[in-house]
Amino acid sequence: MADLKRTVLYDLHVELGARMVPFAGYEMPVQYPMGVLKEHLHTRAQAGLFDVSHMGQILLAPKSGRIEDAALALERLVPVDLLGLAEGRQRYALFTNETGGILDDLMVANRGDHLFVVVNAACKDADLAHLRAHLSDTCDIAAVTERALLALQGPAAETAMARLVPDVVDLRFMDVAIRRWDGVELWISRSGYTGEDGFEISVPEGFAEKLARKLLDMDEVAPIGLGARDSLRLEAGMCLYGHDIDETTSPVEASLAWAIQKARRRGGAREGGFPGAERILSELETGPARRRVGLRPEGRAPIREGTQLFAADSGGEPIGQVTSGGFGPSVGAPIAMAYLPADLCEGDIIHAELRGRRVPARIAALPFHQPSYKR
Amino acid sequence: MKFTEDHEWLRPEGDLVVVGITQHASEQLGDVVYVELPEAGRAVSEGDEIVVIESVKAASDIRAPLDGEIVEINQEIVDNPALVNEDPLGKAWFFKMRPADPSKLDGFMDEDAYKAMIG
Repeated sequence: MADLKRTVLYDLHVELGARMVPFAGYEMPVQYPMGVLKEHLHTRAQAGLFDVSHMGQILLAPKSGRIEDAALALERLVPVDLLGLAEGRQRYALFTNETGGILDDLMVANRGDHLFVVVNAACKDADLAHLRAHLSDTCDIAAVTERALLALQGPAAETAMARLVPDVVDLRFMDVAIRRWDGVELWISRSGYTGEDGFEISVPEGFAEKLARKLLDMDEVAPIGLGARDSLRLEAGMCLYGHDIDETTSPVEASLAWAIQKARRRGGAREGGFPGAERILSELETGPARRRVGLRPEGRAPIREGTQLFAADSGGEPIGQVTSGGFGPSVGAPIAMAYLPADLCEGDIIHAELRGRRVPARIAALPFHQPSYKR
Repeated sequence: MKFTEDHEWLRPEGDLVVVGITQHASEQLGDVVYVELPEAGRAVSEGDEIVVIESVKAASDIRAPLDGEIVEINQEIVDNPALVNEDPLGKAWFFKMRPADPSKLDGFMDEDAYKAMIG
């Protein structure tokens, strides 16, 4: 696999028997010998350790020294209230484009005198250029290149992590903190991409393997690959950039209006002022023409990304398309997400075309699996 | 027992041939969550895609290894797809067929040749 990058945990993945695949320019573990299904269920029952070091970590430091200036500057690129983001807290955000589409989704944390941003691996170079193009006047922008990123997810994540850093028990969902472990700084957030309680931990590369081994030595913790990461986030109703959201989908269409706080909406204290505001603000008021919904196919056959959806069991033009789909191990049935006309409601039946046949599927509430965050 | 390049195994049983997938194939597929089998009585031609297997990762097909007729299918793997991972060479057979020309069975790989192919 030439030209692919490796994370600092590559050798550990291989030692653990991972099957490595190309993903976003990296060689990443898709599964370990346990297999996707058991890895998924293990994460829901105990705790799973994920290597997400391929993701982009970025620091935004205000040149003025005032965090408000960094927050206001970043607000120019996202429809999110960042001025209202308290120190030690993290928030989900979206880079929008001029037509109201989504360039990437990200996490933004307020760390007192600067912002810490985590972005998708496939978008990180473009995101960095985007930030530099628009924020260089007010912020020093630094890509964090010498830190790995681990995610520890599941109901036993707190017990496991507290053995290394006891006061992580004080963190609530979406809190962030810097803690010392083994002489180095861990940048810890209580968040994740599975619908489970857990942590994301940024660690200096030279200590990442030691931290991973410490956690993996614990009975509760197993290594989990990208396969189960995908089925876990799908059950949790979370978007995968490039699949469920992209430059053509607006945040409102993507059912992500919850990420747009009052302050940025019409009549809010800092209404608009982000790319694509005109479309996004009007969609918030009048509703979008299509929106992202959950689907529960009847029967056992999974419907995958790209599957065309129809109103009737024969004939007609497609009314939408599946953007993520597969089998939900904790749901015990096939599940999918799709864009469908907004006048369709939860409980309505549509038809998915599968190998020349139409299979009924019911529009279902997201998430498929109720999260268990520690609020 | 004989093997196809598509990782099926073929086991003669009287004048029928029992067809399933190999251990290697089941490991490559990962956890199987859905199996769709042809109807018993269906006439098939070599290469017809007659079985759909979906794992947590992807969908794949099984082709008819020979011309002939599907005589019996294994409903147990439709009801419990995980059996394909648990016992691919035993309980998780897929279908039994009556080949139009039983002598064609000789043309497939034996176990040594199959093992050499998968390395």
